[in-house]
Amino acid sequence: MKRAYYSALAILGNHDDAMELSQQAFIRAYNNFSKYDPERKFFTWYYKILRNLCLNFIRDNKNKSHLIEEITYRTMDDIQSEIEKDEEIEKVKRALNQLEHSDREIIMMKEFENYSYKEIAEMLDIPIGSVMSKLFYARKKLANKMK
Amino acid sequence: MNVMKEREIYLFELALEGELNSEEQNEFNLLLESNPQLKIEYDEQKKIKGVLMNMSLKNPGKEFWDGYWLSIYNRIERGIAWILISISAIIIAGYGIYEAMTNLLADTNIPGFMKISIIVFVIGLAILIFSLIREKLASRKKDKYREIQR
Repeated sequence: MKRAYYSALAILGNHDDAMELSQQAFIRAYNNFSKYDPERKFFTWYYKILRNLCLNFIRDNKNKSHLIEEITYRTMDDIQSEIEKDEEIEKVKRALNQLEHSDREIIMMKEFENYSYKEIAEMLDIPIGSVMSKLFYARKKLANKMK
Repeated sequence: MNVMKEREIYLFELALEGELNSEEQNEFNLLLESNPQLKIEYDEQKKIKGVLMNMSLKNPGKEFWDGYWLSIYNRIERGIAWILISISAIIIAGYGIYEAMTNLLADTNIPGFMKISIIVFVIGLAILIFSLIREKLASRKKDKYREIQR
């Protein structure tokens, strides 16, 4: 459930749409459960449904903002002040939102949702080598946007 | 991208994850020593990863998670209810139209041209509804993102 919501949030950027589409994807999965191959992981199958729904939604709602807003600091240590943290979050948000959808998606999966390379490869249906390569270049683009 | 470049990326990623074995670590160290540009590249990747590692997506809170599944169950139940209501409405409407048509044809007080007009109107309405449903189904099939094949 949490993974579903966060995956949608990573693609759509805002809370309401993420809740709506992650729930819709569960309903579609339920209605199409006969097509599910039990040999494969449920979430991998579910993610494909969710991803298609989200891409459809973005396509049909071009005028709506799909910028990442819901980012926070993972740990609240005292090394950095609140202002510094806020500034850093804003900087990351701005940079992430300037990336292409596919670059943003793979960064969110690896760095924010902590999926392994193998899991990402299964979810996106691409080889592990491609995951590493896409991630490497996506991070590089992000670093450039943050400069 | 050549083979060497792919290997470099592989080593970079494992190094960033701290998953290099000793053999790979030696290979990676040699790689960085032999090419200062790669060292700069690695430091940059490490830095950005470090920044991202400190961040996460916002947790919407306990109340949200408590209601999450309930909302899904409600939607599934309402979906089933709508299907049942639609099926019964079609049957009731179909039977009503059939009865009305039978009575209409049997009624000798209604002039023939009126009977024909009403029948033509009902047929026209049926064709219109059929056409709208077919168009809706066709547009669903053409949707390039439409799932679900697995």
